[in-house]
Amino acid sequence: MELVISLSIGVLAGSGIWLLLRPRSFQVIIGLSLISYAVNLFIFSTGRLKSDAAPILETGRDIATYADPVPQALVLTAIVIGFAMTALFLVVLLASRGLTGTDHVDGRER
Amino acid sequence: MAFPARPPGQRLPLKLPEVTAILQGSATIVWLPVGQTSTVCGTMSGVALLPFIILLPFIGALAIWLLPARARSSASLLAGAVAVALTASCLWLYGSVADGTVLRNELTWLPQFGLNLVARMDGLSWLFATMIAGIGGLIVLYAHYYMSPKDSMPRFLAFLLAFKGAMLGIVLSGNLIQIVAFWELTSVFSFLLIGYWHHTSAARDGARMALVITGAGGFALFGGMLLLGHIVGSYDLDVVLAAGDKVRSDPLYTPTLLLILLAAFTKSAQFPFQFWLPRAMAAPTPVSAYLHSATMVKAGVFLLTVFWPVLAGTSTWFWIVTYVGLATLLLGAYSAIFQQDMKGLLAYSTVSHLGLITTLLGMNSQLALVAAVFHIVNHATFKASLFMAAGIIDHEAGTRDIRKLSGLYRYMPATATLAIVASAAMAGVPLLNGFLSKEMFFGETALRNPIPFVDVSLPAVAIVASLFAVTYSLRFVHGVFFGPPPTELDRVPHEPPALMRRPIEILVLICLLVGIIPGLTIGPFLATAVKSVLGPDMPYYSLSVWHGFNWALAMSLVALAGGVILFLLLQKYLARGIEAPPFIGHIVGPRIFERLLILLSVRWAKAAERLLGTRRLQPQLVLLVAVATLAAAIPTLGGIGLLPLPPTTFDPGLALVWVVGMTCAVGAAVQAKYHRLVALMLLGGAGLATSITFVWYSAPDLALTQLLVEVVTTILILLGLRWLPQRLETSEIDPFRRFSLHRLRDLALATIAGGGIALLSYAVMTRDAPDGIARFLLENAYTEGGGRNVVNVILVDFRAFDTFGEITVLGIVALATYALLRRFRPAADSIPRPEQQRVQSAFESQRDDHKEGTILSEFLYVPSVLMRWLFPVIVTFAAFLLLRGHDLPGGGFIAGITLAIGFILQYLAGGTRWTEERLRILPVYWIGTGLLLALVTGAASWLFGYPFLTTSFQYVDVPVLGRVPVASALLFDIGVFILVVGATVLMLIAIAHQSLRSAKRDAQPPGKTAPMIEREKA
Repeated sequence: MELVISLSIGVLAGSGIWLLLRPRSFQVIIGLSLISYAVNLFIFSTGRLKSDAAPILETGRDIATYADPVPQALVLTAIVIGFAMTALFLVVLLASRGLTGTDHVDGRER
Repeated sequence: MAFPARPPGQRLPLKLPEVTAILQGSATIVWLPVGQTSTVCGTMSGVALLPFIILLPFIGALAIWLLPARARSSASLLAGAVAVALTASCLWLYGSVADGTVLRNELTWLPQFGLNLVARMDGLSWLFATMIAGIGGLIVLYAHYYMSPKDSMPRFLAFLLAFKGAMLGIVLSGNLIQIVAFWELTSVFSFLLIGYWHHTSAARDGARMALVITGAGGFALFGGMLLLGHIVGSYDLDVVLAAGDKVRSDPLYTPTLLLILLAAFTKSAQFPFQFWLPRAMAAPTPVSAYLHSATMVKAGVFLLTVFWPVLAGTSTWFWIVTYVGLATLLLGAYSAIFQQDMKGLLAYSTVSHLGLITTLLGMNSQLALVAAVFHIVNHATFKASLFMAAGIIDHEAGTRDIRKLSGLYRYMPATATLAIVASAAMAGVPLLNGFLSKEMFFGETALRNPIPFVDVSLPAVAIVASLFAVTYSLRFVHGVFFGPPPTELDRVPHEPPALMRRPIEILVLICLLVGIIPGLTIGPFLATAVKSVLGPDMPYYSLSVWHGFNWALAMSLVALAGGVILFLLLQKYLARGIEAPPFIGHIVGPRIFERLLILLSVRWAKAAERLLGTRRLQPQLVLLVAVATLAAAIPTLGGIGLLPLPPTTFDPGLALVWVVGMTCAVGAAVQAKYHRLVALMLLGGAGLATSITFVWYSAPDLALTQLLVEVVTTILILLGLRWLPQRLETSEIDPFRRFSLHRLRDLALATIAGGGIALLSYAVMTRDAPDGIARFLLENAYTEGGGRNVVNVILVDFRAFDTFGEITVLGIVALATYALLRRFRPAADSIPRPEQQRVQSAFESQRDDHKEGTILSEFLYVPSVLMRWLFPVIVTFAAFLLLRGHDLPGGGFIAGITLAIGFILQYLAGGTRWTEERLRILPVYWIGTGLLLALVTGAASWLFGYPFLTTSFQYVDVPVLGRVPVASALLFDIGVFILVVGATVLMLIAIAHQSLRSAKRDAQPPGKTAPMIEREKA
């Protein structure tokens, strides 16, 4: 399954980067969200893929059979902060649109 | 170069004047070496005082800065109290340093880099510190009367005190880097003080020039100090001072020397950087008296004195320092004669005296060093008093122009007498302190030197410059105080308040006392200071008024007589009211400086910006992605090796999920321009696939978080969509643009970057996991953290400090969105009302039993009832997720977003107004409470003597449930929960409220709505 997951990460990141380079601010916001999925999945995958190994301790179970909790903890806060940054970016986008009258990332049409 | 450099430490043969002095039995001080210099650390109470001396002025500055602008007297009193405390501390410490002890107070900072904060005091720094503290106190008293009621006294005194702290920091630092930091601070506060009257362009230009030049010097000093520390292998001043031979023989000696000299010369206004000092006279006079004559400009010569045992003694040092000093001495004295502004004259005189000190330091002679330190003190006393006198005259007569002033003696005899005595000291008249150090200077220059050029130039320039000094002193005294009564003044001058004169009286008294009985006054202090530089092997010198008839006296007499004659000869020329000194008047340093500045900061900077910069976002992002891809590609391709086959089996279910997920991602990329709603839905599809992957591979917490965040992100962007401009696919389609070059480039870049990331993640996933910290965390989560859900234990216990930082960021971002939306307004709706609403309205307007909006108000009636009913269920569910978080999937973040969704559903169900009439959520309070709770929980562990955020837990017997572990981390998690609720709700509500505003605006009659920006102004 590693092949599928890594391919998915690549497609998410590639689509995100494509949108990041587009001129409209809405495209950039969607692109950033896609990139954050890719990055979160990538960090998560550094703990390797293990099924039925949630790091919820059960009495008498071997420590080695649990999934790595460290990347999970990192990604959990990253998801929440990612949401906050999306919100901030959206507000900046709206303010820029209100001030300049355009949704071009440079604040004026080219 | 074959100059006979005397290495420091070598005794010099006695010279004639001193022998005479001993024979005649006049007041002489003979310093007898008393053993090796010792170092005291830590135990003495005086040592504890050192950091206090450095910090007190800064604390005082902060306190004064907080006073209201009208609090003149309190500001002066506070500043005066600080000055008295500092002076008293310095005086008290004399007993500790008098015997050659070096006081050191060391605070460990970065020991692994050899960087510790060291406060250090020896004889020399004691002398400087006392001078800075003492004169600083007098300046405060003077400034209290000098500054006009219109000026903000607290702002002025706060800058002055902070400057004093920086200056004390330079002289009391025992670490090279620390010296640099305080050095830069003096430049900054000098800038602020010169520019104090920032409404005048002279003040702004002068301040900028001083900052650029001394700041550049500070940069050079940083480089020099780094090199010096590198040569010696330590940044500790005492270690460096003991390594003189090593430094002088190092190949890096010359660049080190040049950099440090550059710093000293810029700070002490030496040629060719002397021009900033006269420009700095745009500062209020107390500043000129303090910074630009007594203290800051002395920092340069202080630096040269401190590092004299390390850097001096070579021919490079001799040639550069001596001749830069001589050039400055001559140029300053010459220019001073022809100044019309009293402060300008004094400024050039300061430049010249600093040149004299530099010359002395350059001569590689221990006696010259003694003379240099002596002259530093003497110059500070007479020049500060002269500046203050000039300030009084400016204050009382309304001008500083010597051409307009005349005969002031009869209006202000006391001030005039003081100024005349101080001027006499400046000219080097016997029985005053200036005479003594100048005699020592003459004595040194008169020594025979085997190099003919040196042999002639040193004494010749010394005589000529001193002659000029007599001339400009006469011009100052004669022009201002004697002659007919002034005719061009707009007021009748009179004596200032007695207290304003007191600082001058004290300083002039010192001039006299030192001039008449040097041995009893300055003698011991000077000896202590010099001994700390030269060590116990001190040269013999004598401080006495009468040394018999010798070369030095002859030179003094020639200078005095010549100066008087020159003044008489120049009378006619000066009476013509010239503006600039002859011969060199057209070479104006400031103009060259301005040209250079324009070239560098305007032309070259603009050219560089044109060449290398862009304001467009897209090229920047292309560059960012390209560089990042390249930077990742090089190590990846080099070290990736063979890619093994996947270790886990293929799973068709998840593969299918990702076929959909990838299609969604690509679809979102394609549709984001013309079909935003579609793109948003597709984005949600990709997010769902991510969430399923998390739960599939054993991360239930992540899956929950991702799912919930997906919900709020969708609501958030949906709320924002209405303010984006409409874009129809048909309107802009251009078949050529579709496949334009830069789209192809972007596509290629995205493909390569995406492929690279896929490759990288495959390579990571197929390798065996290294043994990280996971084992430790899994083993200790239950025993140490009291929780079974290891992810949650990491968040609220092991890495709680990180989490604390993260929730702080979350709170800040939420407040930022809120604040931005308070100021800015979105654009007007770009799409007319939907067709459905229009049809409804038309229908309603024809019916009698309907008012317009009735149908709209019942929009989604059944779902909204359900959503209302669901509210308590969601609240309970959130509480459940929160409480079980430590042992099972859940926790503060997840529960927080859940509750936030519960609130948002109420907004969706009933509308903003309906909800806020019934449910007042104050998200800002939630954010504050959450953060505070997390902080207090963390800080509580201090009470029990544990570090911040240490968790404690124990088992509690709860009825029904039995024994359950209760951890203090739960309180922390509740803090996280409250903050997440507040932040999420605040962001969503802030955007939702914009709809209300738009509705209000739409309700106004058309034509009344001004464009956005103008409305903002209104």
